[in-house]
This record gives sequence, C-alpha cells and structure tokens, in this order.
Amino acid sequence: MFKRSGIRNDTTAGWLFVSPVLVILGLFLFIPVIMAAWVSVSDWSGRGSPFSAGVNFIGAKNFSDLLVGQGLTQQDFGTAMRNNVYYVLLVVPLQTALSLWLAVMVNQAALKGKGFFRTAFYFPSVTSSVAITVLWLFLFSATGVVNKVLSYFSLNGPNWFQDPRGVLHIILQSFGVQPATGGARILGISGWEWFAGPSVAMSAFIIMAIFTTSGTFMLLFLAALQQLDGEVSEAASMDGAGAWSKFWFVTLPMVRPTLFTVITLGLIGTWQVFDQIYTGTQGGPSKTTLTPAYLSYQAAFQDQQWGQGSAIAFILFAIIVVMTIIQRSVSRERDVKPIKAAKKEVGS
Amino acid sequence: MRKRPVGFTLVAVYVLLIVLAVIYIFPFLVQVATSFKTEPEAASNPLALIPTTWTTAAYKTLFANSDFPLWFRNSFIVTVVVTLGRVFFNSLAGYALARLQFRGRGVVNALVIAVMAVPGVVLLIPKFLVINQLGIYDSFAGMIIPLLADAAGVFIMKNFFESIPASVEEQARIDGAGTFRTFWSIVLPMATPALMTLVILSFQGSWNELNHFIVSTQSPSLTTLTKGVAQLASGQLSQGTQYPLKLAAAALMTVPVAIVFFIFQRRIMNTTSGAVKG
Repeated sequence: MFKRSGIRNDTTAGWLFVSPVLVILGLFLFIPVIMAAWVSVSDWSGRGSPFSAGVNFIGAKNFSDLLVGQGLTQQDFGTAMRNNVYYVLLVVPLQTALSLWLAVMVNQAALKGKGFFRTAFYFPSVTSSVAITVLWLFLFSATGVVNKVLSYFSLNGPNWFQDPRGVLHIILQSFGVQPATGGARILGISGWEWFAGPSVAMSAFIIMAIFTTSGTFMLLFLAALQQLDGEVSEAASMDGAGAWSKFWFVTLPMVRPTLFTVITLGLIGTWQVFDQIYTGTQGGPSKTTLTPAYLSYQAAFQDQQWGQGSAIAFILFAIIVVMTIIQRSVSRERDVKPIKAAKKEVGS
Repeated sequence: MRKRPVGFTLVAVYVLLIVLAVIYIFPFLVQVATSFKTEPEAASNPLALIPTTWTTAAYKTLFANSDFPLWFRNSFIVTVVVTLGRVFFNSLAGYALARLQFRGRGVVNALVIAVMAVPGVVLLIPKFLVINQLGIYDSFAGMIIPLLADAAGVFIMKNFFESIPASVEEQARIDGAGTFRTFWSIVLPMATPALMTLVILSFQGSWNELNHFIVSTQSPSLTTLTKGVAQLASGQLSQGTQYPLKLAAAALMTVPVAIVFFIFQRRIMNTTSGAVKG
C-alpha cells in the first residue's frame, strides 16, 4: 500500500481526536449503565441522589418481584413480555420477507420506474415514529380509513386501538373453544392468557412496524443484490432456471449475510417498542400494548419505582444480548461455508 | 424448465408493485387531505382525498393558539447543533481510529463497538440519572450534549477513511503540516460523501428523537416537536378526537425530513454508487 515515513507516534493527537467522543459516550452511555445497575439493586425513590446515605442496598428484590413475585408487578411484567413476544414473532419474519421480496422485485432489470417504487416504499422510513403513530391512530380509528375500506367488502372493522381481545382468542373462540381457567401460571399469567395472541390494538402496531421498516431493510437487500454480478443471475436464467428456483438457489444464498443482518436488527428493534406506545396507547387497552420498554419507563418516571424500572431495563438488555448471540452463532454455523463457496464462484 | 412468456410476468409484477405503492403512499395523501377537512368530515368521509369544505382551521390553531411554533424552534435548534457536533466529533474520532497510531487505539475501538450494542430504550432511566446528577436536567445542555456523538457515526467515518488511500495526507505530513491541519484541510474535504451520509443520518435521527427528550426535560418551554405532538396525540393537551389538528401537526413535522430526503434522495437510495447504470 504505502510506506510510512519513519515510525510515527500520534499519541497526543490521537487521544485529543477521540476524547470528545469518549467523554460523551462514557458520560452518557457507560456511566449511566453502571448507575442504573446500582439503582436496580437499591430502594431509591427518585428523591435526591441515588448515592446518598438514605438509599439502601436491597439485593435482587426488584428482580425477584418481577420474575417470581406472584404480585401485580409480576403480572404486569408477564403481560408486557407476552405482548412483546407476539410482536417480535410476527414483525421480524414478516418485515424480513416483505423487504426481501420488495428488493428482488424492484431490482429487476426490465422494470421501469424503479426510482418511483423505491421512493414509495422507502418514504415511510424517514418519518418519525411519533408522526406515523398519529397517522395510524387516525387510519385505524373506529371511523377511520381502514374500517371504511373494510366496509366496502361488507366487513365490520373493529375499533382497533380500543380493542383488547387477543387475535388467537378470537380465532379459537370462533371454533367454539371455551376459555380455560386455572392451569399453571408463567410470570403471573395463565396459559390461556399466554395464548391470547397479540390484541387487536397490538396488531395495528404490528402492521405499522412492518409498514415503516420494510423500506429500510429493502435498501439493505438492494445493496446486497446489486453487489452480485448481474451475470450470475443472467447465466442462471440462460440455464433455464425459473424465477422461483433462481430466487431459491441463486439469490437467497448470496444475500444470506444481509438476511442475517436484517433479522438481527429486527430482533434488536422489536424488543425496544417504546415511542409508539408512549404516543398511541400508553399500554392500553387493558394493558395489551404494554411492552417491557414502556413498563420500565412507567415504573420509574410515573410510579417512582426506580429500582423496578431499572431492573426491567436490565432484563430487557439481557434478552436483546441473548437474542443477538443466539442469532449470531446460528448464522455463523450455517453461513461460513456456503458463502465462501458462493463468493469464489462469483469472483471467478 | 421452460421459460414463461416475459410479457405476462412483467405485467403482473407491475400491477402488484403499483397496488403496493398505492398502499404505501395513500396514507400520507389522506393525512394531508384530512388536515384540511372539518372534524365531522374527517370522521364521516375519511377516504376522500379532496375535502368537500376546505378549511385551514387546523393550521391556524397550530400556529396561533398552540405551542407548535415553540416546539418547532426547539427541534430546530437541537437538530442543527447536534448535526454539526456529530459531523465534527465523529469524523475526528473516526479519523484517529482509522489513521493515527496511538497506544490504546484498540481499546477505544473495542469500546465504541461495545457501546453500539447497548440498546437505546435500556438507557432511558440511566441517562436521566446522569443528566440529573450533572445538573443539566431540563436544559438545552441536557438535551444536546448527550446526543453530540454516536458510535455508529464514528464507525461510518472510520470505515470511509480506511477506504481512501493515505498517500495524499502522507505527502502533506512530510511537507510539515500538523495532524489537525492535515485532517481539516486535506482529509475532510475528500470525505464529502461520508460527511453527507452523516449529515442525513444525524438530521433525521435528532429531528425524530423522542425518548431522550422525554427523560431530559419536563418544562413546556423545552418541548420538542416529537414530544409535543406525542402529547397532543395522547390527548394530554386537548379534548375530542381533533384528527385534522393532529394530522396537520404530524404532517408539518414530517416536512423537514421529507425535504432532506428528497434533496439527498439519490445518495440515500443509491445503495451502491456506480453499480447501476442509467
């Protein structure tokens, strides 16, 4: 590459250059985590400094209240976990599939008006979650656009954001399944409640998440698709591969690294649902849009249960870290060999 | 396998994509249309793109009888300062991590990566604690300083500096220019594409930021657009549905990011520069 003119030492300049970033990140990211760790094992009530003499160490009580407490605290946490699990289970696969599909469609050589389609699909991603939520509250209101469209098909839309019924419950009950009572409780929630599915209100948020993120992820997939040599897929077409088999055997293996990135980003993002809930429903109706992120905020800033709020934040942190690690290790195992082989083929 | 007739597939693709594009765009058109409707019409005729009776009542209320202009000003101040700060500090750090030889560089690098992995909402309470402890709660300092650097931005700049050849700056150094001068007048001008990316991301990020302002301020005089409109939406400031008003506010707050998006559209959408011809 290039030759260095003698051995250079930029120690002073180097540290000077990184110091603003280090100070800011250290002060507002690193130290906060340490402070919150202390608060999560203390009984600090929000008055004065959490390090003042009146604040006591109470061990893992905040965590045990949430995980094994048998009280309302545990029930709320369990409800929030259930809500978010359904959110993740639906949003991540759907947004990944939709964005990949959009990218493949928009990337077709013969397609005209590519720019228009890309802009249309990407635009929702630039708007703020607050503005989009406001729009969604209107679209999905009782007299809103969605219900109006449904009425053309003689369907009676629900009052989306006021409807706490679980979607799975609605389906099960339409087949005559009766609500089960009793049974084992996990995190203070009965089995029947765990199988509620996302509430109708949460479903509206799920649709919103897919709507707003598919554009961003489409761009990631597009970048990957365009890095492949057009010749590869053309050659595949020449060899007589149909669209489906071309997608399955040529496109998919090549965008696999991006696929895993999108899934990871999706998993990280969908566990952090906060803005929408703060703007839209504040956890209602009947706590069916409560998420751990919002619950953590509510516990601390509204109920002054700072220890509990911090404990929820740490549990959430752990969930996200574990998700990422599992996802990474799975992708590494499956990935390394085929990708290397694929790259060699493309490169030759 | 036989090839299907190309024409039919293509038509089907067009139809599908156009239907989808309509689904993606229509909500925004409805939003703008509804902001010019009367409240009864917003409820009775939500689909119409042209109001039967035009009214600018929503906009009048926003500008004359609400804190909306103040929110807009606050968002503007924060966004401009944060964007300038991020561009400067991130590129400084990115340059140092890419080019300068100094002891501890590896550690700093690892730290920046580690920080990137910390999810934002987990920091809600912790950030409030530190901001409060530092005595900058409920001030512009508390709103701006924590956002002045971001790990992802440092990474974008670091990657970019690593991708350009070092020969030019090496020459400047041999000619006796100091490290900062080399960085400021030689390296930075070459980094325009990456800087633009950073400007777009920072602008969009700080304009759309909500949760940081929730935990760093409480007084109405420091409310930003996101916080103000969120409160408007959750009905903390009003009665009734007021859809035209809320949608007008949401539409107006989207205008600046939409402008930035359309100006820099090519850069944002052009996923690999030079890969697509025509």
